Amino acid sequence: MNFPADLRYTEEHEWIKIESDNTALVGVTDFAQSELGDIVFIEIETEGEELGANDIFGTIEAVKTVSDLFLPVAGKVLEVNSALADEPELVNNDPYEGGWLIRMEIADLSSLDGLMDAEAYKSLIGH
Amino acid sequence: MDTKKITLSDFHESIGGKMVPFAGFYMPVRYSSDNEEHKCVRESVGVFDVSHMGEFSLKGEKALDLIQKVCSNDASVLFDGKIQYAYLPNFDGGVVDDLLVYRVNATEYILVVNAGNIEKDWNWISSHNTFEVEMKNLSDETSLFAVQGPKATETLQKLTSVDLSAMDYYTFLKTEFAGHPNVTISATGYTGAGGFEIYLPNEIAEEVWKKIFEAGAEFDIKPIGLGARDTLRLEMGYCLYGNDITDTTSPLEAGLGWVTKFTKEFINSESLLAQKQAGLKRKLVGIEMIDRGIPRSHYEICDEDGNTIGEISSGTQSPTLGKGIAMGFVKTEFAKTGTEVFIKIREKLIKAQVCKMPFVEPGV
Repeated sequence: MNFPADLRYTEEHEWIKIESDNTALVGVTDFAQSELGDIVFIEIETEGEELGANDIFGTIEAVKTVSDLFLPVAGKVLEVNSALADEPELVNNDPYEGGWLIRMEIADLSSLDGLMDAEAYKSLIGH
Repeated sequence: MDTKKITLSDFHESIGGKMVPFAGFYMPVRYSSDNEEHKCVRESVGVFDVSHMGEFSLKGEKALDLIQKVCSNDASVLFDGKIQYAYLPNFDGGVVDDLLVYRVNATEYILVVNAGNIEKDWNWISSHNTFEVEMKNLSDETSLFAVQGPKATETLQKLTSVDLSAMDYYTFLKTEFAGHPNVTISATGYTGAGGFEIYLPNEIAEEVWKKIFEAGAEFDIKPIGLGARDTLRLEMGYCLYGNDITDTTSPLEAGLGWVTKFTKEFINSESLLAQKQAGLKRKLVGIEMIDRGIPRSHYEICDEDGNTIGEISSGTQSPTLGKGIAMGFVKTEFAKTGTEVFIKIREKLIKAQVCKMPFVEPGV
């Protein structure tokens, strides 16, 4: 299982990747997609909304389960990955690149300091 | 109750099975991908280890009398080697379990019951055994592999001299299989993809599993988990105990009228007959999503004004159809095929319609 060193991770098994300035991509980790199994539907209807850290920004459905998606840090949901509407399996096959969920604007960059690095996340999930 | 391990539990884990507690057992939920496993069974051949299922042997001059009393279906029509689907009604209008009844001969039957209900069924049937029937619980010594899919017959034919293609659906025989005597081959399954279920002693389970996989290698045979088992059975509209039938759901409302035979007396038959004659208030129907969404167990079914008219009992995203499908109970006036209904998903009403089952044409 792969956990890129340039990402930050949450206890809810999401990752966040700074793109430039204060925008970032958010997705679920390789571990999360593997635990969930085949992702069949992603519903995110918070585009344009400003949300707090750990607020629910959408839901992700696997064959057997429905899980909430939690915003890693406070900010605004700028864009939803439109490719997921027809290919939700991108989350399984390419969780860190093609399977990103949202692009967000981070309210306060220092809030990233509260998240885990790859090593801390690996130890959280026992890898 | 402690979670039990089936014989090949460690083996499944070693070949990549993700083991989860289910019905009191650690069971493989998937090995690779639910959807790939589903497709493998629909298009080729896959093997489920369903050794958690329960098996009871009933022997005695009056074994049939006991079965006729506790089961809804008429087992007197069975002949040696014939299998019948039935359920055990309770006294309160619900269902203790659904099961298969195997007639070995006139004085010996095997009942195959759901894993989560083994103890409950044993106690229930025992409590009605006023017929001096000798009952034996074979569940802990029996392994069960469901070999399912269009290539199942060709795969298994390599391991036995019995002409499998000549076996009728819902028949079984005890024969030599994979070099072992006394293996039961049953032309049954829970997928609608065709195939067989193989009952065998635990001691030979690993060896026989491996022989089946050697025989199926040319068809890219795969191990299949419970995840795909659920999507496969749902596409067929087969009831799952605990979801679509329970201690409190009416078997008649659940569409089990076809295995409810009022030509004989059985537990609660009078009250079920009265229910049938009075007309059913709700019915279990198939539902397919028109707009996007995945219907799931316990979601509300509504009319266009948002009034509740029923509840989903099982639902999923159909891998074959690529859309949400479900089984659910609705008020009888909404049960007609084509009726537009709405499923409440996360407080929104998503459009769907009542449809015929099975959702997917069975392969065999």
